[in-house]
Amino acid sequence: MRRVYMDHSATTPVRSEVAQLVTGYFTETFGNASSVHAYGREARKGVENAREQIASLIKAKPEEIFFTSGGTEADNMAIIGTVMANRDKGKHIITTQIEHHAVLDTCKYLEGQGFEVTYLPVDDYANIDIGQLKAAIREDTILISIMHVNNEVGTILPIKEIGQIAKEKNIFLHVDAVQSFGKIPIDVNEMNIDLLSASGHKIYAPKGIGCLYLRKGIKLSPLFFGGSQERKRRPGTENVPGIVGFGLSAELAGKEMEVEIIRLTGLRDKLINGILEKIPESQLNGNRTNRLPGHVNVSLRYIEGESLLLMLDMKGIAASSGSACTSGSLDPSHVLMAMGICHEVAHGSLRLTLGKISTEEDINYVLEVLPEIVEKLRSMSPLFNSMEIDNREECSTCTLTK
Amino acid sequence: MLYLDNSATTAVHPEVVKVMQDVLEKHFGNPSSLHKKGIEAEKILQISKNFIAQTLQVKPQEIVFTSGGTEGDNLAVKGIALQYQNRGRHIITSQVEHPAVRESCRQLENLGFEITYLAVDKIGCVDPELVKSSLRKDTILVSIMQVNNEVGAIQPIQAIGELIKKHTKIFFHVDGVQGYAKIPVQLKLWGVDLFTISAHKIHGPKGVGALYIRDGIKLFPQITGGGQEGGIRSGTENVPGIAGFAKACQIAREIFVTKSKEMSKLRKACIVLLEESIPAIVVNGPKDEEVSPYIINLSIPGLRGEVLVHALEKENIFVSTGSACSSKKDITSPVLDAMGLAQDIKLGSIRVSFSYETTLEDIEVFVNKLTQVVEQLLRKN
Ligand SMILES: Cc1ncc(COP(=O)(O)O)c(C=O)c1O
Ligand SMILES: Cc1ncc(COP(=O)(O)O)c(C=O)c1O
Repeated sequence: MRRVYMDHSATTPVRSEVAQLVTGYFTETFGNASSVHAYGREARKGVENAREQIASLIKAKPEEIFFTSGGTEADNMAIIGTVMANRDKGKHIITTQIEHHAVLDTCKYLEGQGFEVTYLPVDDYANIDIGQLKAAIREDTILISIMHVNNEVGTILPIKEIGQIAKEKNIFLHVDAVQSFGKIPIDVNEMNIDLLSASGHKIYAPKGIGCLYLRKGIKLSPLFFGGSQERKRRPGTENVPGIVGFGLSAELAGKEMEVEIIRLTGLRDKLINGILEKIPESQLNGNRTNRLPGHVNVSLRYIEGESLLLMLDMKGIAASSGSACTSGSLDPSHVLMAMGICHEVAHGSLRLTLGKISTEEDINYVLEVLPEIVEKLRSMSPLFNSMEIDNREECSTCTLTK
Repeated sequence: MLYLDNSATTAVHPEVVKVMQDVLEKHFGNPSSLHKKGIEAEKILQISKNFIAQTLQVKPQEIVFTSGGTEGDNLAVKGIALQYQNRGRHIITSQVEHPAVRESCRQLENLGFEITYLAVDKIGCVDPELVKSSLRKDTILVSIMQVNNEVGAIQPIQAIGELIKKHTKIFFHVDGVQGYAKIPVQLKLWGVDLFTISAHKIHGPKGVGALYIRDGIKLFPQITGGGQEGGIRSGTENVPGIAGFAKACQIAREIFVTKSKEMSKLRKACIVLLEESIPAIVVNGPKDEEVSPYIINLSIPGLRGEVLVHALEKENIFVSTGSACSSKKDITSPVLDAMGLAQDIKLGSIRVSFSYETTLEDIEVFVNKLTQVVEQLLRKN
């Protein structure tokens, strides 16, 4: 059977160059980067080289990069770290309703610690309104935390505009770039980003490694305490193999970015067009063009997302509904809800995310298999059968015509 | 090349590498995903967790994966303190803990907690009687390491555990990073509630560790988000690292059964040889009882530790001064300070640490080279 992996937003396979490099650091260059002897110095060299590779991808300085165990830790560290270190300046945080749980749950925690949080709403395309952002800013706002690309629907948020505002108002801007890092251009200076989170396993590096970019001069209280690794911002023996793997994959992502953007955008649009054409009562979630190359999220009415995933899986297609972390739960996605999509339509959402290993044949295969599965599932759906196509009512809280 | 700095980190075992390569290449899914790739990854996680739980004789749901020993220690100490602060805000620890515990405690002091840092004797051991006399009505946590990373002293965990068992509202955390898979661990017998371990100290990968949390204990999470690891530790799981960790535990346990006596003999032999060849040598920490077979901390009065380390490195022998984390600072080790050692002993200290792969021939080479190096250096002085 054909196997098609279309869940690159959940995680990616490690690329072979990276796997090879990482393996060498398990066995030959295995030293503790804090050791002063040759083993330690070689490991340290690998770490510092990776720091440069990562910094250069986002136009930061190497000393502004701090390695973490992943995107979630970087988000926690960025938000808790800045507000705790700057609480004398204010207690108000602005974020959005569509952030990843790593940001949302951290903000919820901070509300319990006496901070106030504004969760900006989004429009039908999962985008924020800049006017609303401006209106939400208060005297005591110390941090804006907004994601660059939404992991569920792929919308690209206007970070440059947000950064301009944050800069004018002298408020720190944290950007969760886990879904955009290495996939679309980021320039922390041009975009006025003060803190940025990234994760290795979304760009063909191993799981368990990520980083936080922290603009020079910004105070941050660390999450963890211990040795003096990462200049005390993040103690703990450095995950050297993970770090060098992350560095190499960042460099390669940078080199391939321009070509990949064009290729993945083409494949994405072919997939979107094919689905909307072949499957009646389907809709695209998110914007048609303002979305991550390679990111597709559609709602297929009268379909239950979980059964659809199972059927696709049996045909060798790995996909997801909503984000991986929350896909275990039956609650509809908080992102689709924030976009004003009704429960029923949200439940039939399907996320197909393409990446380096995706091909034209993969798209063709999905376009061949998906409509059949949808038809089969619908034929078993009492809801679908109870009404003639023409008589089916429009969903009251959302429309299918977006 | 003779690498005798295994308490800082170890080379990953070839079989562990194989397991990780396999997971990296074939089972790259996100364990939270519902499709086959995700389910495969979830299964690997579960099997690894079951296995590690078994080695500790605990339940799989009592194990939480972390990014390493430092995170495990932070999660245990701060997690208990912040979760149970309504019961009391007093914590007992020792003056010889790893910075991951010590600095977590310092941070808690900033938040208004009171910490008792217990003194140790000349060989680095905590007196259980001191623990007893330090217990207060508002004590919520005792955190004592199993094996000291600098001098190898084994702390009287069982005796301390006995004391604490009587106080059901006091939790007992043990930093087992240097003890696990190297000396016996009996969490249930000892009454340990939380136990930190780290993969890279036992020929597993860096960036992975685990924390044992006895059933029924709640911890205040340090990282929130997707709700992985029962909500105690969010973040996409490091599946290859975890699989490698489990494999490393398996290998270490097998070797432990067959080789642990041999390792003790090896350490003793090393000390005998050293004392024969370098009469001036001073062994810091316990000599042959209550000490990890994997660590020797020694000083040559009149020679500075870093000078010895560099001289040995020229001979392709790799050891360290104190612990790796503090080896860059030009201050004496808090552990040696707490033991009340003389300044020249402290400045002269080096740590030699073995692995289950170290042989008697390695020890002989080390002793010979050290003897030569010491003679040359003393002659120069
Ligand atoms: C937008 C976003 N932020 C944060 C994360 C968390 O990153 P990690 O899985 O590395 O912890 C993810 C992925 O799960 C994500 O998509
Ligand atoms: C006793 C002890 N605890 C904790 C740690 C920290 O573990 P890690 O390096 O995995 O963060 C170490 C090692 O550095 C250690 O020796």
